[in-house]
Amino acid sequence: MSQTAELMTNEAVPAAVDGVPAVEVVELHKDFWRRNKDRGRLGRRGRRRVAAIRGVSFAMARGETVAILGQNGSGKSTLVRLLSTLLLPDGGEARIFGYDVSSQARPVRRMVNRVSVEASFFKKMSAAENLAYAARFYGMMPGETKRAIPEILGRVGFPADRRHESMENLSRGMQQKVALARALLTSPVLLLLDEPTTGLDPRSKLEVQDFIRQLQSSHDSTILLCTHDLAEAEALADRVGILDRGRLLALEPADDLKRRYGASTLEEAFFAATGRAFEEEGDEDDDRDVYA
Amino acid sequence: MRAATFALRHELIGLAGVVERNVYLTKRYIWWDVAWFIWTVANTLTITFIAKGIEASGGIIDVNRATTSLLVGAVIWAYLGVVFEFLTETVAWERWEGTIEYTFMAPLSRAMHLGGSGVFAVLYGLIRAVLLFFVVAAFFDLSMPNADFFAALVVLVVASVSFFGIGMMMAVLPLISPEKGAQLGYVAQGLMLVCSGVYYPVDVLPGWMQAIATVSPATYALEGIRGAILDGQSLGAVWPDIWPLLIIGAACIPLGLWVFHRGELYAKRHGKLKRSG
Repeated sequence: MSQTAELMTNEAVPAAVDGVPAVEVVELHKDFWRRNKDRGRLGRRGRRRVAAIRGVSFAMARGETVAILGQNGSGKSTLVRLLSTLLLPDGGEARIFGYDVSSQARPVRRMVNRVSVEASFFKKMSAAENLAYAARFYGMMPGETKRAIPEILGRVGFPADRRHESMENLSRGMQQKVALARALLTSPVLLLLDEPTTGLDPRSKLEVQDFIRQLQSSHDSTILLCTHDLAEAEALADRVGILDRGRLLALEPADDLKRRYGASTLEEAFFAATGRAFEEEGDEDDDRDVYA
Repeated sequence: MRAATFALRHELIGLAGVVERNVYLTKRYIWWDVAWFIWTVANTLTITFIAKGIEASGGIIDVNRATTSLLVGAVIWAYLGVVFEFLTETVAWERWEGTIEYTFMAPLSRAMHLGGSGVFAVLYGLIRAVLLFFVVAAFFDLSMPNADFFAALVVLVVASVSFFGIGMMMAVLPLISPEKGAQLGYVAQGLMLVCSGVYYPVDVLPGWMQAIATVSPATYALEGIRGAILDGQSLGAVWPDIWPLLIIGAACIPLGLWVFHRGELYAKRHGKLKRSG
């Protein structure tokens, strides 16, 4: 067990009961209100409900990696936000190791962490200061973070001697490594990766993917990976899901998915499942994009 | 018992983390803060010169006393501005940097999260208020032979509890309106002070404004501090201003937390946490 993992004692992390699914989502539903593009008779623009997540159900076993594929606006990030207690569902339920994300948010938060497409930090603060700030919320004292931060940065391939530089001076790839370090510093048992490699140069992308592989082999984490990258999904995940316009159309091992749709690639399987090409986006998707 | 101790320790570490972050950010932006302080001094001078102006235009006035009274009002205005600004920035700044979702998904109670901002705001605001007071007092060479500065400081610290509670209610505004919410904090600051006798006695206000003044913590803060500085009232003598502040503070803190909680639920229901800017 790594030093970082040791820092987070069993006392800190709520017990994850054996036999209980790591993630259990049942008929989950989330709507948002959107203003109409056209104005009504009195010149006012009305509002309508747009379903971001529609009746999604699935379960994940402890230690499993699941990739969710979907276009912009398909609901991937909404799903991640619902699981990380940042949104309240309008219907259905989601449980993390048996804890309900709405009514038992506190233990859920202790077990979950997330890396999103935007590596969001206080730009004037250094990587070490940002990580220390995040770690305090999880009960880590200065003495603990002083030891753990260089170690975790080393694990994600971030040069330790740059940890005192302002975030604004770091490349996008470097920032994303710090984002991974932030998520891992708290030893989450469920890691939500929301397009963690989008926008990275090929080398940084490979480094992040290698790190996810290391995590799978050495860390007791369950990983939900939302991605645009079909090859990434196939290479990293035990099962691949297709989320389209808020509906989860399939969730199977990549080979089963291809077999089911008679496809030779995941891209073809995606096309067969959704009726459109992976990069193709219609008006409705554009409309849904703000909820991506 | 052990679990409760552990939970409390965890919460206090989180609170200290928010204070620590604000220290880092203040250090990074220190020259901006110096520039902002110079602006505050200039603004305070524009108010405190009014006493000399009245005398110059033929009015009969105790310039030293009137200038000190105006200075107390201006310092409280500036102090309240700092406290409200830090609290509304709890949300607004994190939204701007994009870190808000990471903070809101962390296992820390909102009371401790906001408490960290409040503790830093009060400490920073007190240092700034004391500096501002003495810089402007030196500028006018004000004489305060009887002043009980300790009593004045105690009144301000006690009043800060209520200001913190009201600040929490203001902090929710950037959650509801990312674009304009933070500015509404200034509206609340102005409305509270205009009813509290910031530069004039409350008696000159219309009856309905005087009624509001009775529940405004700024009224008691201004009266108590002026009494301590202008009339040399001791801690015992300003007690009639302190106990209402304690009662208002005891009501404002849970009310502030409740309002923020409602705002947070609204933001989570409508997806307002996500938007940046």
